Amino acid sequence: MIMLRILGGRLIPILFIITLLAASQAVAAEKEEASFFDQFSPIEVHGFFEMRAGYRTQNDPHEKDRSVMESRLQVELFTYTDWAEFKYKGDAWLDGIKEGVEYDTREAWVFTRPTSFMDIKIGRQILTWGTGDLVFLNDMFPKDWQSYFIGRDKEYLKAPSDAAKVSFFTEIGNLDLVYTPKFDPDRYITGAYISYWDGRQKNIVGQDHQVVANTPDEWFGDDEFALRIYKNINNYELALYGYHGFWKRPGGETPGGVAIFPRLNVYGASARGQLGHGIGNIEVAYYQSVDDEDGYNPRIHNSEIRYLAGYAQDLAKDFNASLQYYIEHMLDYDAYLDGLSGGRAKDRARHVVTLMLTKLLLNQNLELSLASYFSPSDGDAYLRPIAHYKYTDKTILELGANIFWGEESHTFFGQFENNTNVYAAIRYCF
Amino acid sequence: MNLRSLIAGISLGILAGLWVMPGQAQEPSVDEIIHKANHMALYQGADGKGKVSLVITDKEGRIRNREFNMLRKNQDNVDQDQKYFAYFKAPADVRKMVFMVHKHAALEKDDDRWLYLPSLDLVKRIAAGDKRTSFVGSDFLYEDISGRSPVDDQHELIKTTDKFYVVKNIPKRPESVEFEYYVAYIDKATFIPFKMEFFKKDNRLYRLIEVLKTENISAKKNGKDVVYPTVTSSVARDLENGSSTAMIYSNIKYNVGLSDDLFTERYLRRPPRDVMR
Repeated sequence: MIMLRILGGRLIPILFIITLLAASQAVAAEKEEASFFDQFSPIEVHGFFEMRAGYRTQNDPHEKDRSVMESRLQVELFTYTDWAEFKYKGDAWLDGIKEGVEYDTREAWVFTRPTSFMDIKIGRQILTWGTGDLVFLNDMFPKDWQSYFIGRDKEYLKAPSDAAKVSFFTEIGNLDLVYTPKFDPDRYITGAYISYWDGRQKNIVGQDHQVVANTPDEWFGDDEFALRIYKNINNYELALYGYHGFWKRPGGETPGGVAIFPRLNVYGASARGQLGHGIGNIEVAYYQSVDDEDGYNPRIHNSEIRYLAGYAQDLAKDFNASLQYYIEHMLDYDAYLDGLSGGRAKDRARHVVTLMLTKLLLNQNLELSLASYFSPSDGDAYLRPIAHYKYTDKTILELGANIFWGEESHTFFGQFENNTNVYAAIRYCF
Repeated sequence: MNLRSLIAGISLGILAGLWVMPGQAQEPSVDEIIHKANHMALYQGADGKGKVSLVITDKEGRIRNREFNMLRKNQDNVDQDQKYFAYFKAPADVRKMVFMVHKHAALEKDDDRWLYLPSLDLVKRIAAGDKRTSFVGSDFLYEDISGRSPVDDQHELIKTTDKFYVVKNIPKRPESVEFEYYVAYIDKATFIPFKMEFFKKDNRLYRLIEVLKTENISAKKNGKDVVYPTVTSSVARDLENGSSTAMIYSNIKYNVGLSDDLFTERYLRRPPRDVMR
């Protein structure tokens, strides 16, 4: 079973690489015979090598002292023919937390533009939409908060989807359809890298007590479907969204304590455009928790409405700030309270304020940035300061921290307090 | 005719020429000069494309490179609104990033700007910033690339040499810029601004942009052959911090028939093939 799963996960990228390599071989080899591979452009090879090390600034009884420790190689291959584009991007790294070699295919896709009004992208790909700045409402594509919290590059916040994306472009509006044949959950906090609050144990746990989850994994049965209809009117970007799938992080548990991913539908809308000298955005999403429609089941997340309003502006030369207000409002709250058999009740609404600051210095070679999240309702916060220095065009140095704080240890950011860490990285690009 | 009379004849001719010159009275007005210079710098053809390479050298001699392919399309025939599309090829950390601008010439309207980050598949809307900010860390400023609007300054023709109209430009809103004034040397034949000197208080020259090379680019316009004189090599020097940036513009094509669709989210997320090459 495990073997099969590994093969299933890696077969596509392996086949993809073989195709790409074969194409490059063909280009290099005899040219007199017109072969299938002649139509491919010379393969572009890029990537980076990176070392990243970080430590917790306090003792965490459930995790190692080191928060991240890895030597990572990323390789990207790209080629195209008259009718399509092909890309592979994969990471392999020595992981000092898991103490082994890890591999992840980030992208392996084919893109084609069959008609003037249609684009198709099939394969493993990174997908993003919505208006939030590091806050996602209608973007139901997988996230990797674990990577984000331990201080990997921002790129890793987005986990790949194995999906087909078909886009249509018309005068009336544009349509994106994304079909994911097998559920791609978030790479959520499992305890492997980050300790967390276990509501069942009513305590913080970590590597010694990792999440046991029952993840929907039936091809074409446990599938996801996402769509976006959007239109730009005088550079005001308007969009409607829909999603049919599952809660992306465990949204419930069985009576036996196994984490589950209940059914979820999401319907939403957003707008973004110029407001004064800055950019304003609003977004709303209705999370319909299909398996607990009336909200009485305490083991399944209630339905919610999520709201976001944001504003970004340049405050000075090379200094940008964005401020957002975000609310997760639980519906059927009374039913939730009724169904709760003891234990701690969540607030009806979770309020979060985010402030993102970015300042460029030294001819834009040094970027100082701060991503910060405060929740007045939970009484917790998360700060992510980073100094990112381009020592040369190819060598990048980075120093950063992930700071968690909370009045209580069961709130969203508060539970991660023991994971507060500092890290340093050096990356060489090729 | 012997040599002496030939020389005499030539000298006379030159003298006669000098004599006749003021009498021609064909001098364009300063507004006309500025209008034409603005057109030559930014608006030639209905659209255009090319490769831009920037080599940034700091005062210690360290070099950084920026390379991108650019598309540009005029939105009207009166040198006002434009759309820009830049696809980055180097350095590695910005490779495949796309920067798109809908430029609005009207003073009260900010440009619309987008950035696409491929590793996150993220379309970011960027707040219109200070246009006197460095463009991609080079010694060129945003305003040098997308153009400083002629209505931002008062213009004064201070000198006419045999090659140049020398125009002094004084900002109408001095608090919005870092210079006191700048002097443009505009080529009399082509109206290309060949040199721009930026001064701070006390007439201190602190910044300089010079054209090193121009080329005549052939193109078609309404089925006819036309030629667009184009700057293909220029340099910007920051005399205060000792850095300079050389800009090379190559593979230039005009009137290629770019459609407005190219400057939308569709192509921001997945640029047209010939822009990526």
